[in-house]
Amino acid sequence: METIIREETLKTPFVKFDSDKGLVEIKGRSIPENSIEFYKPLIDWLDKYADQPSGRTSVNIKLEYFNTSSSKCILDIFRKLELIHKKGNEVEINWYYEEDDEDMFEAGEDYQSIINIPFKMIEMED
Amino acid sequence: MGFDLNNWYKEKRQGELILEYAGAITSDVISDTLAEFESKINIYDDLKRVRKKVYNVLVECLQNLYHHVDEAPVNAEVDEKDKYGAIVLSRDGTFFRISTGNFVKKEKISLIKDRIDQVNSLSDNEVKNLYREILNNSEFSDKGGGGLGILDIVRKTGNKLEYNFFQVDDDYIFYALDVYIS
Repeated sequence: METIIREETLKTPFVKFDSDKGLVEIKGRSIPENSIEFYKPLIDWLDKYADQPSGRTSVNIKLEYFNTSSSKCILDIFRKLELIHKKGNEVEINWYYEEDDEDMFEAGEDYQSIINIPFKMIEMED
Repeated sequence: MGFDLNNWYKEKRQGELILEYAGAITSDVISDTLAEFESKINIYDDLKRVRKKVYNVLVECLQNLYHHVDEAPVNAEVDEKDKYGAIVLSRDGTFFRISTGNFVKKEKISLIKDRIDQVNSLSDNEVKNLYREILNNSEFSDKGGGGLGILDIVRKTGNKLEYNFFQVDDDYIFYALDVYIS
Protein backbone atom coordinates (compact mmCIF):
# COMPACT_ATOMS: atom_id res chain seq x y z
CA MET A 1 0.00 0.00 0.00
CA GLU A 2 1.10 3.49 -0.70
CA THR A 3 2.50 5.39 2.25
CA ILE A 4 0.69 8.63 3.02
CA ILE A 5 2.84 11.57 3.99
CA ARG A 6 1.35 15.02 4.52
CA GLU A 7 3.51 17.89 5.57
CA GLU A 8 2.26 20.10 8.36
CA THR A 9 0.40 23.25 7.39
CA LEU A 10 -0.91 26.14 9.46
CA LYS A 11 -4.10 24.23 10.22
CA THR A 12 -3.39 20.61 9.45
CA PRO A 13 -0.96 18.18 11.06
CA PHE A 14 1.98 16.21 9.76
CA VAL A 15 0.70 12.77 8.84
CA LYS A 16 2.54 9.57 8.09
CA PHE A 17 0.64 6.34 7.47
CA ASP A 18 3.07 3.55 6.55
CA SER A 19 1.63 0.06 6.05
CA ASP A 20 5.01 -1.71 5.74
CA LYS A 21 6.15 -0.42 9.09
CA GLY A 22 2.70 -0.55 10.67
CA LEU A 23 3.01 3.08 11.58
CA VAL A 24 0.27 5.69 11.99
CA GLU A 25 1.49 9.13 12.98
CA ILE A 26 -0.29 12.45 13.40
CA LYS A 27 1.65 15.41 14.75
CA GLY A 28 1.15 19.13 15.15
CA ARG A 29 -2.05 21.14 14.75
CA SER A 30 -5.37 19.95 13.56
CA ILE A 31 -7.65 22.95 13.34
CA PRO A 32 -9.12 23.02 9.82
CA GLU A 33 -12.59 24.45 9.27
CA ASN A 34 -13.52 21.36 7.33
CA SER A 35 -11.92 18.39 9.04
CA ILE A 36 -13.83 15.77 7.09
CA GLU A 37 -12.18 16.92 3.88
CA PHE A 38 -8.75 16.42 5.46
CA TYR A 39 -9.41 13.16 7.30
CA LYS A 40 -11.59 11.29 4.78
CA PRO A 41 -8.59 10.03 2.69
CA LEU A 42 -6.84 8.92 5.89
CA ILE A 43 -9.88 6.98 7.05
CA ASP A 44 -10.25 5.40 3.59
CA TRP A 45 -6.59 4.38 3.77
CA LEU A 46 -7.20 2.66 7.11
CA ASP A 47 -10.19 0.84 5.63
CA LYS A 48 -7.89 -0.73 3.06
CA TYR A 49 -5.10 -1.27 5.57
CA ALA A 50 -7.53 -3.24 7.73
CA ASP A 51 -7.69 -5.94 5.02
CA GLN A 52 -4.00 -6.73 5.43
CA PRO A 53 -2.68 -4.99 8.48
CA SER A 54 0.79 -5.31 9.88
CA GLY A 55 0.94 -7.74 12.81
CA ARG A 56 1.72 -4.78 14.98
CA THR A 57 0.50 -1.21 14.42
CA SER A 58 2.01 1.67 16.37
CA VAL A 59 -0.08 4.80 16.52
CA ASN A 60 1.62 8.02 17.60
CA ILE A 61 -0.60 11.03 18.22
CA LYS A 62 1.35 14.11 19.17
CA LEU A 63 -0.99 17.04 18.82
CA GLU A 64 -0.31 20.57 19.92
CA TYR A 65 -3.84 21.78 19.22
CA PHE A 66 -6.95 20.25 17.75
CA ASN A 67 -10.41 21.69 17.25
CA THR A 68 -13.73 20.04 18.01
CA SER A 69 -14.30 19.51 14.32
CA SER A 70 -11.18 17.30 14.23
CA SER A 71 -12.08 15.47 17.43
CA LYS A 72 -14.71 13.33 15.74
CA CYS A 73 -12.41 12.53 12.82
CA ILE A 74 -9.69 11.41 15.22
CA LEU A 75 -12.26 9.19 16.91
CA ASP A 76 -13.15 7.74 13.49
CA ILE A 77 -9.48 6.88 12.99
CA PHE A 78 -9.37 5.17 16.37
CA ARG A 79 -12.55 3.24 15.50
CA LYS A 80 -10.90 1.85 12.37
CA LEU A 81 -7.87 0.86 14.43
CA GLU A 82 -10.14 -0.73 17.00
CA LEU A 83 -11.52 -3.05 14.31
CA ILE A 84 -7.97 -4.07 13.37
CA HIS A 85 -7.23 -4.73 17.03
CA LYS A 86 -10.42 -6.76 17.42
CA LYS A 87 -9.32 -9.09 14.64
CA GLY A 88 -6.39 -10.11 16.77
CA ASN A 89 -3.71 -7.73 15.54
CA GLU A 90 -1.54 -5.84 17.93
CA VAL A 91 -2.38 -2.13 18.02
CA GLU A 92 -1.06 0.42 20.47
CA ILE A 93 -1.94 4.08 20.71
CA ASN A 94 0.66 6.44 22.12
CA TRP A 95 -0.97 9.71 23.11
CA TYR A 96 1.60 12.43 23.72
CA TYR A 97 0.92 15.58 25.73
CA GLU A 98 3.07 18.34 27.13
CA GLU A 99 3.57 18.13 30.85
CA ASP A 100 1.52 21.21 31.74
CA ASP A 101 -1.21 20.59 29.15
CA GLU A 102 -4.06 19.18 31.20
CA ASP A 103 -6.54 19.73 28.36
CA MET A 104 -4.57 17.49 26.00
CA PHE A 105 -4.23 14.93 28.78
CA GLU A 106 -8.00 14.95 29.32
CA ALA A 107 -8.60 14.64 25.58
CA GLY A 108 -6.52 11.48 25.69
CA GLU A 109 -8.64 10.23 28.56
CA ASP A 110 -11.80 10.94 26.54
CA TYR A 111 -10.64 8.66 23.74
CA GLN A 112 -9.37 6.09 26.17
CA SER A 113 -12.84 5.92 27.73
CA ILE A 114 -14.48 5.31 24.35
CA ILE A 115 -11.98 3.14 22.48
CA ASN A 116 -10.95 -0.36 23.38
CA ILE A 117 -7.27 -0.43 22.38
CA PRO A 118 -4.18 -0.37 24.62
CA PHE A 119 -3.67 3.34 25.17
CA LYS A 120 -0.48 4.82 26.52
CA MET A 121 -0.37 8.39 27.81
CA ILE A 122 3.09 9.82 27.35
CA GLU A 123 4.08 13.04 29.03
CA MET A 124 6.63 15.20 27.22
CA GLU A 125 8.80 17.59 29.11
CA ASP A 126 9.04 21.16 27.85
CA MET B 1 -34.02 49.28 19.57
CA GLY B 2 -31.13 51.59 19.01
CA PHE B 3 -28.40 48.97 19.08
CA ASP B 4 -25.06 50.68 18.50
CA LEU B 5 -22.33 48.40 17.20
CA ASN B 6 -19.63 50.94 18.01
CA ASN B 7 -20.70 51.05 21.62
CA TRP B 8 -20.44 47.31 21.80
CA TYR B 9 -16.87 47.43 20.49
CA LYS B 10 -15.97 50.19 22.90
CA GLU B 11 -17.20 48.13 25.80
CA LYS B 12 -15.36 45.00 24.69
CA ARG B 13 -12.09 46.86 24.24
CA GLN B 14 -12.13 47.78 27.92
CA GLY B 15 -9.03 46.68 29.72
CA GLU B 16 -6.04 45.89 27.57
CA LEU B 17 -6.86 45.19 23.95
CA ILE B 18 -4.83 42.32 22.51
CA LEU B 19 -6.47 41.75 19.15
CA GLU B 20 -9.66 42.50 17.31
CA TYR B 21 -11.23 41.85 13.98
CA ALA B 22 -14.53 42.74 12.41
CA GLY B 23 -15.59 41.77 8.92
CA ALA B 24 -16.05 38.67 6.82
CA ILE B 25 -15.01 35.57 8.72
CA THR B 26 -13.13 33.54 6.14
CA SER B 27 -10.68 30.71 6.48
CA ASP B 28 -7.80 33.12 5.76
CA VAL B 29 -9.02 35.58 8.35
CA ILE B 30 -9.03 32.79 10.93
CA SER B 31 -5.44 31.89 10.01
CA ASP B 32 -4.33 35.51 10.17
CA THR B 33 -6.03 36.10 13.52
CA LEU B 34 -4.40 33.02 15.03
CA ALA B 35 -1.00 34.07 13.67
CA GLU B 36 -1.48 37.52 15.17
CA PHE B 37 -2.32 35.93 18.50
CA GLU B 38 0.87 33.89 18.43
CA SER B 39 2.97 36.91 17.58
CA LYS B 40 1.62 38.60 20.69
CA ILE B 41 2.19 35.83 23.20
CA ASN B 42 5.63 37.07 24.06
CA ILE B 43 4.46 40.61 24.59
CA TYR B 44 1.99 39.59 27.27
CA ASP B 45 3.85 37.53 29.82
CA ASP B 46 0.84 36.02 31.56
CA LEU B 47 -0.58 35.04 28.19
CA LYS B 48 2.17 32.43 27.93
CA ARG B 49 0.75 30.58 30.90
CA VAL B 50 -2.71 30.26 29.40
CA ARG B 51 -1.50 30.30 25.78
CA LYS B 52 -2.97 26.93 24.82
CA LYS B 53 -6.32 27.51 26.48
CA VAL B 54 -6.75 30.92 24.90
CA TYR B 55 -5.62 29.61 21.52
CA ASN B 56 -8.06 26.72 21.66
CA VAL B 57 -10.95 28.92 22.71
CA LEU B 58 -10.05 31.45 20.02
CA VAL B 59 -10.14 28.68 17.40
CA GLU B 60 -13.57 27.48 18.55
CA CYS B 61 -14.98 31.01 18.73
CA LEU B 62 -13.72 31.91 15.26
CA GLN B 63 -14.94 28.68 13.74
CA ASN B 64 -18.30 29.02 15.47
CA LEU B 65 -18.62 32.34 13.68
CA TYR B 66 -17.34 30.87 10.43
CA HIS B 67 -19.94 28.13 10.41
CA HIS B 68 -22.93 29.92 11.87
CA VAL B 69 -23.10 33.61 11.00
CA ASP B 70 -26.07 34.90 9.11
CA GLU B 71 -25.69 37.65 6.60
CA ALA B 72 -25.83 41.10 8.20
CA PRO B 73 -29.05 43.05 7.68
CA VAL B 74 -29.07 45.40 4.68
CA ASN B 75 -29.00 48.57 6.70
CA ALA B 76 -26.26 47.45 9.12
CA GLU B 77 -23.32 49.83 9.09
CA VAL B 78 -20.69 47.22 8.37
CA ASP B 79 -18.41 46.80 5.37
CA GLU B 80 -18.75 43.14 4.65
CA LYS B 81 -22.28 41.97 5.14
CA ASP B 82 -21.71 38.46 3.96
CA LYS B 83 -20.28 36.32 6.78
CA TYR B 84 -19.91 39.31 9.05
CA GLY B 85 -18.56 38.61 12.50
CA ALA B 86 -16.56 40.43 15.12
CA ILE B 87 -14.06 39.17 17.66
CA VAL B 88 -12.21 41.01 20.41
CA LEU B 89 -9.58 39.55 22.74
CA SER B 90 -8.64 41.68 25.69
CA ARG B 91 -7.31 41.38 29.17
CA ASP B 92 -9.53 42.67 31.90
CA GLY B 93 -8.00 42.40 35.33
CA THR B 94 -7.02 38.81 35.97
CA PHE B 95 -9.10 37.49 33.07
CA PHE B 96 -8.67 37.24 29.37
CA ARG B 97 -11.93 37.87 27.61
CA ILE B 98 -12.87 36.74 24.14
CA SER B 99 -15.96 38.46 22.85
CA THR B 100 -17.68 37.57 19.63
CA GLY B 101 -20.57 39.29 17.93
CA ASN B 102 -22.61 38.49 14.88
CA PHE B 103 -25.98 39.10 13.34
CA VAL B 104 -28.49 36.30 13.47
CA LYS B 105 -32.06 35.98 12.34
CA LYS B 106 -34.51 36.50 15.16
CA GLU B 107 -35.93 32.98 15.00
CA LYS B 108 -32.59 31.53 16.07
CA ILE B 109 -32.65 33.21 19.48
CA SER B 110 -34.35 30.41 21.37
CA LEU B 111 -32.08 27.79 19.83
CA ILE B 112 -28.94 29.65 20.88
CA LYS B 113 -30.31 30.64 24.27
CA ASP B 114 -31.48 27.12 25.16
CA ARG B 115 -28.17 25.65 24.14
CA ILE B 116 -26.06 28.04 26.20
CA ASP B 117 -28.39 27.96 29.21
CA GLN B 118 -28.24 24.18 29.16
CA VAL B 119 -24.44 24.09 29.04
CA ASN B 120 -24.19 26.79 31.71
CA SER B 121 -26.40 24.76 34.03
CA LEU B 122 -24.04 21.78 34.06
CA SER B 123 -21.35 20.97 36.61
CA ASP B 124 -17.76 20.42 35.42
CA ASN B 125 -18.27 16.71 35.57
CA GLU B 126 -21.55 16.86 33.66
CA VAL B 127 -19.86 18.96 30.98
CA LYS B 128 -17.16 16.34 30.61
CA ASN B 129 -19.66 13.49 30.41
CA LEU B 130 -21.87 15.26 27.90
CA TYR B 131 -18.82 16.06 25.77
CA ARG B 132 -17.85 12.39 25.70
CA GLU B 133 -21.41 11.34 24.95
CA ILE B 134 -21.72 13.68 21.97
CA LEU B 135 -18.25 12.76 20.73
CA ASN B 136 -19.12 9.10 20.92
CA ASN B 137 -22.68 9.10 19.62
CA SER B 138 -23.41 11.95 17.27
CA GLU B 139 -23.02 12.20 13.58
CA PHE B 140 -21.14 15.35 12.75
CA SER B 141 -21.87 17.48 9.74
CA ASP B 142 -19.39 19.27 7.49
CA LYS B 143 -20.22 22.30 9.55
CA GLY B 144 -18.78 21.04 12.74
CA GLY B 145 -19.15 19.17 15.91
CA GLY B 146 -22.81 18.90 16.82
CA GLY B 147 -22.48 21.54 19.48
CA LEU B 148 -19.17 20.34 20.83
CA GLY B 149 -17.61 23.77 20.29
CA ILE B 150 -19.59 25.49 23.02
CA LEU B 151 -19.11 22.55 25.39
CA ASP B 152 -15.40 22.51 24.70
CA ILE B 153 -15.12 26.22 25.52
CA VAL B 154 -16.92 25.79 28.83
CA ARG B 155 -14.91 22.70 29.66
CA LYS B 156 -11.55 24.31 28.94
CA THR B 157 -12.27 27.62 30.66
CA GLY B 158 -14.28 26.25 33.57
CA ASN B 159 -16.38 29.40 33.32
CA LYS B 160 -19.97 30.06 32.38
CA LEU B 161 -20.70 31.73 29.06
CA GLU B 162 -22.21 35.20 29.05
CA TYR B 163 -24.43 36.26 26.21
CA ASN B 164 -26.63 39.07 25.07
CA PHE B 165 -29.12 39.58 22.29
CA PHE B 166 -29.51 43.11 20.99
CA GLN B 167 -32.41 43.88 18.75
CA VAL B 168 -31.23 45.37 15.47
CA ASP B 169 -34.46 45.53 13.48
CA ASP B 170 -37.62 43.50 13.06
CA ASP B 171 -35.78 40.51 11.63
CA TYR B 172 -32.30 40.62 13.09
CA ILE B 173 -30.56 40.32 16.41
CA PHE B 174 -26.96 41.01 17.29
CA TYR B 175 -25.77 38.01 19.27
CA ALA B 176 -22.87 38.79 21.58
CA LEU B 177 -20.93 36.16 23.49
CA ASP B 178 -18.30 36.65 26.19
CA VAL B 179 -15.89 33.94 27.23
CA TYR B 180 -13.62 34.43 30.22
CA ILE B 181 -10.33 32.61 30.66
CA SER B 182 -8.31 32.89 33.83
